[in-house]
Amino acid sequence: MSLLEIKNLHVEVEDKKILNGLTLTIEKGQVAAIMGPNGSGKSTLSYVLAGKDAYNITEGDILLDGESILELAPDERAAKGIFLAFQYPVEVPGVATMTFLRTALNAQRKLRGEPEFSTPDFIKMVRETSAKLGVSQEHLRRAVNVGFSGGEKKRNEILQMAILQPRLAILDETDSGLDIDALKTVSEGVNRLRSPERSMIVITHYQRLLNYIVPDVVHVMSKGRVVKSGGKELALELEAKGYAQYADEAA
Amino acid sequence: MNAEVRAIKTPAEQALTSAYQDARAALPGKGNVAVLRDEAFNRFEATGLPHRRVEEWKYTDLRALMRDALPLAAPADAAAKVKAKDAGKVFASVDCRRLVFVDGGFMPELSDLSAEPGLTIGSMAAALGKGDPLVAAHVGKVFETDDAAVALNTALMGDGAVIHIAAGTVLARTIHLVFASGETPSSSFIRSLIVVEKGAQAVIAESHESNASQVNCALELVIGDGAQVDYFKATQTRGLHVASLLLTVGAKAAFNTFALSSDASLVRNQSFVRFAGEGSTGALRGVNLLRGKDHVDTTMLIEHAAGHCASREQFKSVLDDQGHNVFQGKIVVKPHAQKTDTKMMTRALLLSDEAEADNKPELEIFADDVVCGHGATAGALDPGLKFYLMSRGIDDKQAEALLIQAFIGETIEEVAHEGFRDALMTAALSWLESRA
Ligand SMILES: Nc1ncnc2c1ncn2[C@@H]1O[C@H](COP(=O)(O)OP(=O)(O)O)[C@@H](O)[C@H]1O
Ligand SMILES: [Mg+2]
Repeated sequence: MSLLEIKNLHVEVEDKKILNGLTLTIEKGQVAAIMGPNGSGKSTLSYVLAGKDAYNITEGDILLDGESILELAPDERAAKGIFLAFQYPVEVPGVATMTFLRTALNAQRKLRGEPEFSTPDFIKMVRETSAKLGVSQEHLRRAVNVGFSGGEKKRNEILQMAILQPRLAILDETDSGLDIDALKTVSEGVNRLRSPERSMIVITHYQRLLNYIVPDVVHVMSKGRVVKSGGKELALELEAKGYAQYADEAA
Repeated sequence: MNAEVRAIKTPAEQALTSAYQDARAALPGKGNVAVLRDEAFNRFEATGLPHRRVEEWKYTDLRALMRDALPLAAPADAAAKVKAKDAGKVFASVDCRRLVFVDGGFMPELSDLSAEPGLTIGSMAAALGKGDPLVAAHVGKVFETDDAAVALNTALMGDGAVIHIAAGTVLARTIHLVFASGETPSSSFIRSLIVVEKGAQAVIAESHESNASQVNCALELVIGDGAQVDYFKATQTRGLHVASLLLTVGAKAAFNTFALSSDASLVRNQSFVRFAGEGSTGALRGVNLLRGKDHVDTTMLIEHAAGHCASREQFKSVLDDQGHNVFQGKIVVKPHAQKTDTKMMTRALLLSDEAEADNKPELEIFADDVVCGHGATAGALDPGLKFYLMSRGIDDKQAEALLIQAFIGETIEEVAHEGFRDALMTAALSWLESRA
């Protein structure tokens, strides 16, 4: 069974149609890149998968392990292993990063019927994980994402992913705002998490990221649907020719 | 008396008039005190209970809200005294000298009256009765106002605390005035006086718990030159609670006040503050947590009568159900109070469509070289923040709780006293946890 099946998904926001019959399957352990021009609906897809409620799903379904998740709240989806690294990570003033991470991890474990982490074990795990991603202890003491640069926020998202260990990670333009060193560190962090048990959807605008996180498949999105799928060479082709041809195809 | 004669009195006003007439002879204090009471009562009689056409009481119409005035509290019975031992839990985690009052009456046998150099403690009833000079010098004089609730308090003041902290004394122990109530709903008029002399330092807390009682309490607080005072007030009352803080601060002094109201049904916390000497700083802060039909009104008049003083006012409220929060902050800068620096900020977090937050900041500035700022916001939780937390596996209620905690935490974190900061946060968290 595929991990994720998106079937003929139609999504509207405020009566504006954004996803237009999108169909996409992600296999277990697969790393799929989604590329596409600005405004093609990539972030919308990521939010809909994570369960943001501002969207109106008018047709279609999303199946995780063969079961529809449309009725599940965002926290229930997280407990089932869905994780979204936001294109624009949110600042949460007044909520300490450590409190946030521990609350999130233990809430997920509780929903799954697993025992909570003890505080010392948790702190040890976060220390080790953050060290690998080059996130300092001082950063962990701050409020979630408050006072961080755009690139640091992206790194924080990957840290959260590494701590929460999802089964399906959706990385929405994680490369934007990262300089080349940060891009390498973050990509290494992502690659360490690759496993036969974990699938990833890597949304990106540029081929550059895919030099570091090499995808198993590449899907091209345009105007709210997947218009072409292929191997990793498709990304290079897009880089050379641009998106113009797909815009036409979808029209 | 040339005030407008009011033809019709409400049942509550009638009850208050007869209460005063009946109790007058037995109320503590003769001579000047009796005159003070009569004058105050006449002021009250002339206007009656404050109502919505009185600007300062616009949002808290006592005339409409007070259907009746309950009988004056009888002396505490044995059961009430036993219960009072458990009162004031909100600050129990801080090591305090407890001074316990039941329905306004001082309970020396439940209080810690051990000696401390520079500290004098007495009961207001006793002090009024014996014509205590400290009381004679200050009661009714710390901040003169025509406010009807203060007038009523002065007319009917029964008991309360009288505390004197001698010049230069650094109080070793925090004082906690514990106001408890008996089983029988009653009305009480509590008057306290705290004088912190030049260069002295004190931390003083006050907690109020009651069932359906009607409490009108007033605290006159005199802060001398160079003195430092931290004052905390926690209100968890299910009846009517009208509290007046009348405060005068001298030169180069510093004070911080913090008021927490949680699960309090009908509260008016009014403060009258005068900066009377140069170079002082004062902060008034508070957090109000409301649900059901709770109504909490924070009204303050901050008068900068001397220059080079800084005041900060920061209040947050969280409103669920049909909670109604009122904030009225008036800052007056007198003509010679140059270099005054004030900043007033209020924020309301609305958790329900039916909740209401009224905000009325006012500035009256008669000096030209001042910095006075104010800001007010009212709004719901940010859905983007909530989604972010939920997308990490945190459920709806817990995500809200974290965000609410962060919202009020910002104000509570400003409390420098660690023990009270923790106690206030704990009280706020227990309110949050009991949200359905
Ligand atoms: N909340 C919203 N309200 C209105 N329009 C939206 C909203 N979110 C996205 N859109 C629109 O939907 C389209 C797709 O946006 P998005 O999913 O962010 O694309 P991408 O991530 O591929 O750049 C854009 O035209 C965008 O303006
Ligand atoms: Mg996007």
